[in-house]
Amino acid sequence: MEQPIIEIHGLSKTYGSLKAVDNLTLTIQRGEIFGLLGPNGAGKSTTILMLLGLTEPTAGTAQICGLNASRHPIPVKRKVGYMPDNVGFYNDLSALENLKYIARLNDIPEAEVETVAKEMLISVGLEAAMHKKAGTFSRGMKQRLGLADVLIKRPEVIILDEPTLGIDPAGVRDFLELIRQLNQEQGITILLSSHHLHQVQQVCSRVGIFVGGHLLADGSVETLAANLFKADPHVVQVTLRTTSGLVENDLLQLPGVTKVDIAAGAVEISGQSDSTPDIVRYFVHKGYDVTGVQKRTYGLDEIYQRYFENNIKENEVHNEKSTGLFQRSFFGRFKKR
Amino acid sequence: MKSLLAYSKDHSLAGSKSVSPFWVMVRKEVADQIHSWRFIIMALLILLTWIGSMYVSMSNIRGAMENVQDHDSLYFYLKLLTITDRSLPPFHVFIGFLGPLLGIALGFDAINSEQSNGTLIRLMAQPVYRDSLLNAKFTGGLIVISILFFSLNMLMVGGGMLLTGVHIEGAEFVRILCFVVLSIIYVAFWLNLAILLSVKFRQSATSALTAIAIWLFFTVFYPILVQIILKGILPDPSMLGPEQMAIYNEIRHNFLVVIPSQMYTDGTTTLLMPVVRSMGPLTMEQMAMAVPTPLSLRESLLITWPQVSGLIAATVACFAVSYWLFMRREIRT
Repeated sequence: MEQPIIEIHGLSKTYGSLKAVDNLTLTIQRGEIFGLLGPNGAGKSTTILMLLGLTEPTAGTAQICGLNASRHPIPVKRKVGYMPDNVGFYNDLSALENLKYIARLNDIPEAEVETVAKEMLISVGLEAAMHKKAGTFSRGMKQRLGLADVLIKRPEVIILDEPTLGIDPAGVRDFLELIRQLNQEQGITILLSSHHLHQVQQVCSRVGIFVGGHLLADGSVETLAANLFKADPHVVQVTLRTTSGLVENDLLQLPGVTKVDIAAGAVEISGQSDSTPDIVRYFVHKGYDVTGVQKRTYGLDEIYQRYFENNIKENEVHNEKSTGLFQRSFFGRFKKR
Repeated sequence: MKSLLAYSKDHSLAGSKSVSPFWVMVRKEVADQIHSWRFIIMALLILLTWIGSMYVSMSNIRGAMENVQDHDSLYFYLKLLTITDRSLPPFHVFIGFLGPLLGIALGFDAINSEQSNGTLIRLMAQPVYRDSLLNAKFTGGLIVISILFFSLNMLMVGGGMLLTGVHIEGAEFVRILCFVVLSIIYVAFWLNLAILLSVKFRQSATSALTAIAIWLFFTVFYPILVQIILKGILPDPSMLGPEQMAIYNEIRHNFLVVIPSQMYTDGTTTLLMPVVRSMGPLTMEQMAMAVPTPLSLRESLLITWPQVSGLIAATVACFAVSYWLFMRREIRT
């Protein structure tokens, strides 16, 4: 197999007593779009900074394009384009001047700087604002300028930290489409971090779920869903006019039902097999007014949610290994009641 | 956005040579400084004091020149720089006072404004060494200061030459050049101190205020403090004999000489007034056999050297500390 373009091995970073990144091991192959998912403060940005050699890891190594990022940051930065989450520009300089500065820092010959920078601005759709000061730019425009800024060095890998933050939906669509094109047509590897699940789901070939410094799982969205919901792959949500008098244990008697969740006006029933007809029959039989029955499909949202709640449970219950993750949270639920 | 993809495919880097990233940064820093309002204001202020002190010295030069007995050591241009009728201090005293402000104005937000703008992390993600930024900030400031001081002094020499037609002696010219270099080093110290504070503090307002506080401490409070301490540990000067008085003054001068403005004042005095032969007080024995002529350039430089090296050392120390702070710092927005 080809050598992976990003290879993270046992990477850790501690700030005092806080473990921002804890023993992270991850490989990303050339040409992938990898989505690093996690809530704020999960250690996504820290991981990215370590990949670029901007922060020294406490332990472990980060190899990118076959280079150790903390030992050889300069060659790494030549090959990797990075867009920070809060991309900033020199407000007194125009967009073109900002871009020309970065072009020069990247050793682009002086004779080509002007034309290359202009081409870049035109291609990200900023030709009208080329001579406007960057200080007057809107968030979306800055993001586009940031992309031009990353692409002007013709990177092998692009790392985007929260790239879709604060852009309107149309802008996000354009942006993600462009990312996909770059990936497909030029084979640029893309690592993006986000907490916007739907957007990431659209473009990523693989995602990693990152909570509290741990990588909880990685794989394509489908594999993650399959793994995670092995225990009870079928979930039916029944909306009722009233849930008063509903007994959980009665529902659990139904064939194949393993988990029942009663909330105001709605019941969520998970099971090994698809027992929707039985469930509906049960409610009708008991005389409840069923207003809606919905079969749940799993997307990133659910995966994320599930991992997230498991992680919280994991901190409550003692640290056991990850195979029992789901069961633990399942029983944890019962203990509460 | 389609053409973006096309660009990345076709574009090749082969071709003409490019400038090293460090000089690209320096160029940008110089451009930034010159375009910034604070530099324009500081430069105008210095220009005004220069015009003021030149006017005063031009109008008093005749009287000063008439007193000269020895025409071998006329030092017309040095007099032009130093003569005053007490209505305005001479130019070098002004620089002793405004130089720190200029240095602070050029450097107080060097690093922290980049950080709060979010440009620092973007810059650090480019293939440049981290120290290049610090070096470029310093070099940029230094270039701006050098050009300002050099042109002001050359204007003075040129203007004087046009108006009077007095020819300039080699030694005099070298003295003026040394004065310019000393002024640059002096302002460079404050520039470096300001850069150090801008690395240390996240808020540019904090670093500016701290720099000004340090400057005020040295110019106002330190001399007072020295006075108080001397009063405590030494006898009352009015009770002392002349020899003890000399020792007293020497101790006092030793306390004061550690502050940058005193080093600068001592240095410039020696350079611009060749008759000054010592920084400290001279005893009658030392004066007794001395020939009352101006010192040669070499001797003046020898007397100034401790001051110059002191200023350079302070500058280097500040730079080293900011290096140490900046190189291992984690950069986040």
